[in-house]
Amino acid sequence: MAVAQKRSIPVWQNYLARRYGLFTIGLIIFSFIIGLLEYAGVLGTRSIGYLFLMLTIGMYALIGIMSRTKHLDEYYVAGRAVPAIANGMATGADWMSAASFISMAGTLWLLGYDGLAYIMGWTGGYVLLALLFAPYIRKFGQYTIPDFVGARYGGNRARVVSSIAAILISFTYVTAQVSGVGIIMSRLVGVDYKIGVVVGLLGVLVCSFLGGMKAVTWTQVAQYIILIIAYLVPVTMLSLALTGSPIPQLSYGRALQNIDRLERELGLQTQYTKPFTTGLSNQSAIDSAKQIGLTPPELKVVNDWKGTPWNFLALLACLMLGTAGLPHILIRFYTVPSVKESRKSVGYALFFIFLLYFTAPAYAAFSRWEILQNVVGQRIDQLPAWTENYARTGLLSINDDPAKGGNGDGILQFNELKIGGDLIVLATPEIAGLPYTVAALVAAGGLAAALSTADGLLVVIASAVAHDIFYKTLRPNASQRTRIAVGKAMILVGASAAALAAMPKLALIAQMVAWAFSLAAASFFPILLLGIFWKRANGAGAIAGMIGGLVVTISYMVGNYFDPAFNILGISHVGAGIFGMPVNFALTIIVSLLTQAPPLEIQRLVDSLRRPDNEPEGHDLRKDTGEAVPAH
Amino acid sequence: MTAYWRSNLRLIAVLLLIWFAVSYLPVPFAEQLNRIVIAGFPLGYYIGAQGALIVYVVLIFYYAWRMNRLDREYGLDDD
Repeated sequence: MAVAQKRSIPVWQNYLARRYGLFTIGLIIFSFIIGLLEYAGVLGTRSIGYLFLMLTIGMYALIGIMSRTKHLDEYYVAGRAVPAIANGMATGADWMSAASFISMAGTLWLLGYDGLAYIMGWTGGYVLLALLFAPYIRKFGQYTIPDFVGARYGGNRARVVSSIAAILISFTYVTAQVSGVGIIMSRLVGVDYKIGVVVGLLGVLVCSFLGGMKAVTWTQVAQYIILIIAYLVPVTMLSLALTGSPIPQLSYGRALQNIDRLERELGLQTQYTKPFTTGLSNQSAIDSAKQIGLTPPELKVVNDWKGTPWNFLALLACLMLGTAGLPHILIRFYTVPSVKESRKSVGYALFFIFLLYFTAPAYAAFSRWEILQNVVGQRIDQLPAWTENYARTGLLSINDDPAKGGNGDGILQFNELKIGGDLIVLATPEIAGLPYTVAALVAAGGLAAALSTADGLLVVIASAVAHDIFYKTLRPNASQRTRIAVGKAMILVGASAAALAAMPKLALIAQMVAWAFSLAAASFFPILLLGIFWKRANGAGAIAGMIGGLVVTISYMVGNYFDPAFNILGISHVGAGIFGMPVNFALTIIVSLLTQAPPLEIQRLVDSLRRPDNEPEGHDLRKDTGEAVPAH
Repeated sequence: MTAYWRSNLRLIAVLLLIWFAVSYLPVPFAEQLNRIVIAGFPLGYYIGAQGALIVYVVLIFYYAWRMNRLDREYGLDDD
């Protein structure tokens, strides 16, 4: 089987490269023609938006329908036939969500150096994934992460605990994506947010419903291509306009210099590249309480730890460890044909993610330069036209009026300007004076980022329920057909639940996504690591560890979220996992040592994980799934 | 098999040490590093925005390459 699969890969890969190559060229030509038609005055903004929307969603639907399947192996792990490079692209799209695409550059704009924790954290985690998890997960070779936890820690109790954790983490995440889809849809074609959510939901379903992981994988490859082109085009043109260089990633050094100069000229306190300038506050608790309709708590700000690196370091560690422990990324490494491919695949994944992440700081720097140069310090009635458009959407507000806290001198001071984090990427085409086609392309890219992540997460939710809870725990005799039917039903249920949860558009949801990393770092990371690298770890230890880690993390999170005075070394609630993670390690180790060593077959399982080939003595890990081997 | 596993662990340890050094060590010194400016980039900022990321990509590909060679040495690849 293994040999036959390997031989077929080069042919398969060539065929794919040609298809996706043509797709990329097609997309560029399509955008170009639309741009020309816009220039000629044939197309208005609304129809450009609809054309991009129809083209991209139609493309995803086509791939989804072509990949429909009745095989469990294809439905859950894409038949384990995804070449390393394609899996890398799919992982990239799976990973980069609406937040990466739209909000990351804005976060950097607002936080300066402090925002870099996200850039390093969300890429550095892949090193842990590559070295510590991916090859072993692939060798294990079943369907879900709870599969792994259940097999390694002997039994359904550990499996169910980890299924619930996987569902919780993925559900908050997918809700944030669906809400991102709503925002982008309303921008792209001007529909109401709620209609955007529903249409976006259908976009998610066309890929994942019929074809499961197989369809999701191949759609994600297309979505990666769209999102990366959409991300790189506007900033490249802005860089050309401002510095004459077509490589923004190298030329934004000049932007940084100009920011520094302008900040000094304007006498600003904030220094963009100066580290650790953010204090602790309960602002986000206040915002969330207001939205839900509760009486908000009083504003508390703690600046005691400003200027120290502790919060940054804690956040960095949580983001990295959390990245390596997120189920929807880990399962992508089940889909490659071999251990060897899985190692390479993480490299490709990070490379494709890197292309976007090392561009985000350039976005932030160029727009900050532009805004400090041409917006701040100008007369209010002479501001560039794009500021007015965005003031209308609420992403930007100008508060010179004394009633709004300004000094009313008719000139815009820096502290009179408020900018929403989502503005930076969305407004770049206008700032650079580019045609609307580019703005529509950016919106289509953001949509691709949100949809691809939502798809991957829905597969995790559906498989946790249909595979781990329904099949493995409740009905071990269920037929293949029933299992696929339950899987499809769960995708529908998960998507509808996410859409319902996204309807009120709460800020709390975005906050919960940030927490998901701390939770994953404090629950999955330690027990996966010990499960592979320490044979003595047993089920009792893992359960104690997961629960202890989560309790400590959640307690610190809640305490600090409402009262910033409750803190250790000035670490904020987003970095709370730094306390739960060592507790998890300690409890797993101590409880494991106090209880019996895991049985011999589990120790043998660990041994087999550690060797990349198929064992001679025939300890077959896949024996209990009883799946038909896919035909190709 | 144990020799293979030990080589793997040693490789992981070395690479993780490099990973730790580029991710965490520059952070407490970011302010001092920022005084060094190369092509407009303050060094402390640059490490976080690009430098560390480049190292991560290289580390992963190096590990894949090195492990595939190790697999062959120990006759553990499937071909």
